[in-house]
Amino acid sequence: MSEAGFDPTAPLTASGNLRRRRVVSRIAEVGATGAAIAAVAVLGIVTYTVLSRGAKAISLDFLFTGEPTGIGPAILGTGLIVLVATAIAMPIGVLTAIYLTESSGSRVSRVVRSTLDLMNGLPSIIVGLFLFVLLVKPTQTLSGFAGALALAIIELPLIARGSQEVLLLVPNSLREASDALGVSRWRSVLTVILPTALGGIVTSTVLAVARAAGETAPLLLLTPAPVGNSFNFNIFEALPSIPFTIFTLSEEANPEGFTRAWGASLVLLSAILFASLGARALLARSRARMAR
Amino acid sequence: MSGTTVNQAYVAGGDPRRNARSAKRLHRIDRIGDGLLFGLCAFAALLSVVILLLVSYQIVHGASPSISEFGLGFLTHTTWQPNFNVYGAGTLIFGTVVSSFVALAIAGPIAVSIGLFLSLLAPKGVRGVISPLVEMLAAIPSVILGFWGILVLAPFVQSDIEPWLHDTLGFIPLFGPPQTTGASVFTASLILTIMIIPIVASISRDLFLSVPHEMQDGASALGATRWEVVRGVVLPTTASGVTAASLLGLGRALGEAIAVTQVIGAGSEIHANLFETGDTLAARIANQFPGAITEMHIASLYYLGVILLVIGLLSNFLAQWIGRRFDYSRNVAK
Repeated sequence: MSEAGFDPTAPLTASGNLRRRRVVSRIAEVGATGAAIAAVAVLGIVTYTVLSRGAKAISLDFLFTGEPTGIGPAILGTGLIVLVATAIAMPIGVLTAIYLTESSGSRVSRVVRSTLDLMNGLPSIIVGLFLFVLLVKPTQTLSGFAGALALAIIELPLIARGSQEVLLLVPNSLREASDALGVSRWRSVLTVILPTALGGIVTSTVLAVARAAGETAPLLLLTPAPVGNSFNFNIFEALPSIPFTIFTLSEEANPEGFTRAWGASLVLLSAILFASLGARALLARSRARMAR
Repeated sequence: MSGTTVNQAYVAGGDPRRNARSAKRLHRIDRIGDGLLFGLCAFAALLSVVILLLVSYQIVHGASPSISEFGLGFLTHTTWQPNFNVYGAGTLIFGTVVSSFVALAIAGPIAVSIGLFLSLLAPKGVRGVISPLVEMLAAIPSVILGFWGILVLAPFVQSDIEPWLHDTLGFIPLFGPPQTTGASVFTASLILTIMIIPIVASISRDLFLSVPHEMQDGASALGATRWEVVRGVVLPTTASGVTAASLLGLGRALGEAIAVTQVIGAGSEIHANLFETGDTLAARIANQFPGAITEMHIASLYYLGVILLVIGLLSNFLAQWIGRRFDYSRNVAK
């Protein structure tokens, strides 16, 4: 309707472009659906490629022995580094989350929350550079421990924010009931609030582990070790890792190396996808239970 | 005899003085426990602030020889020659900005469409399947995505997509003649696109889900088609949130090192043509840091880190600020 000729008394008639509007709407719907399908397709293509090319490399020898045939030491290295990282990041992350929920609204907790978000956005290579000046340069030794610390810094905001979200879901009636019984704060946190939120806390930790296990940039700077032949349990030496192995093999133009890299990718990707799928299922369940 | 002891014990248990004492002890434990828990929590919370400050300090500290040698000219200088001890970040800043913005230009509309599909179009069952799958895309480690990028995506891009774009849109200098290998800024942008999409899509899905239904129903009742509801109600109310989400995605793209190193081809010149090789700040660090020996080379790589840190923190800050400043739910719901 043009402004000049608008007449409120005129009978209501279709402006004639309804068909066009419907078509536009339909096109938009198809476009949105197509975009979603495309994203899932990319996931499918990447997973399928890794699966089909990696399956050729997988064997017991590949998983459990060292250099010429397998990547066993790298699997062990990644396991150790991630374990230490999580052992450091999880307590700190959960305590931070408790602080954020129990004293939410204060200025300090607002600062902490936005700091965590900034940390989450920190490029992982920056974290690597940081620990290089802090640990590697003064001691002149590359170490898995430095890598673990870097991964801990990457995990920390994920665990803290994830746990905080779950802690906020804990029904207030539980807190109030505990207060009404005269239970002190620390007892009710330890015996009521944390157990209720445990499922969610574990979930966010697993998701953080899944994210950290695939990080390459900090490991490239801090613990770049070839796969080697021996299984090394000493975290204070340079440890091999799966992501770093994939990275080095991918930079060499060697078809045999590529096959090994696909195999390593398959190991890493399946571990990560299983972990995050499982964690998500767990989260959905514990959320549903808490909402009841 | 034994009866009296039991009785005495019973009386002793009920001794009001004793009870008061144990209550006091309990009270003291609780006070200590409360204090300890609060102290530990506050310590943990402040630790993250300390870490972030320490990171910034150490990176700048590591870069200080290069900062004092090259000053701000480093930002615009375009030669990077470790053999002659001459360093400048111009090319890398250019590469970072171009690859990230191209990625965002592709990913933004796609991700918002996915968000719309998941929040408004998809039936609940479909949403429950597609949503986690899209988020799963973010779980693929960048090194695997990069490896797939070199071996699968790059040859395809080089043989199919780039010639097609050059033929149809070749009059725009961005789409120049394709090169012999698939390693290019464009391929890097595509990989970054894949990384950005799940971030922006899942945030915008949550935003769209939070748009009040009354507003959408009102628009529908006035005869708006689905698309008109989206354009007239959903997108305007969530515009700031979507912008913030895009900025978060941009921050992720700017800082990605490994996957970009693998596919961008480590070029050292500025080209308008997206199909040429290039390099980014993060990729250059990942590429050269393990082999850097001279002090100035290392310091200059740290200088790149400083630039990256500033850009990354800025985009995240901006995202937070926009998210909070223009949070419609806070302004409208009141």
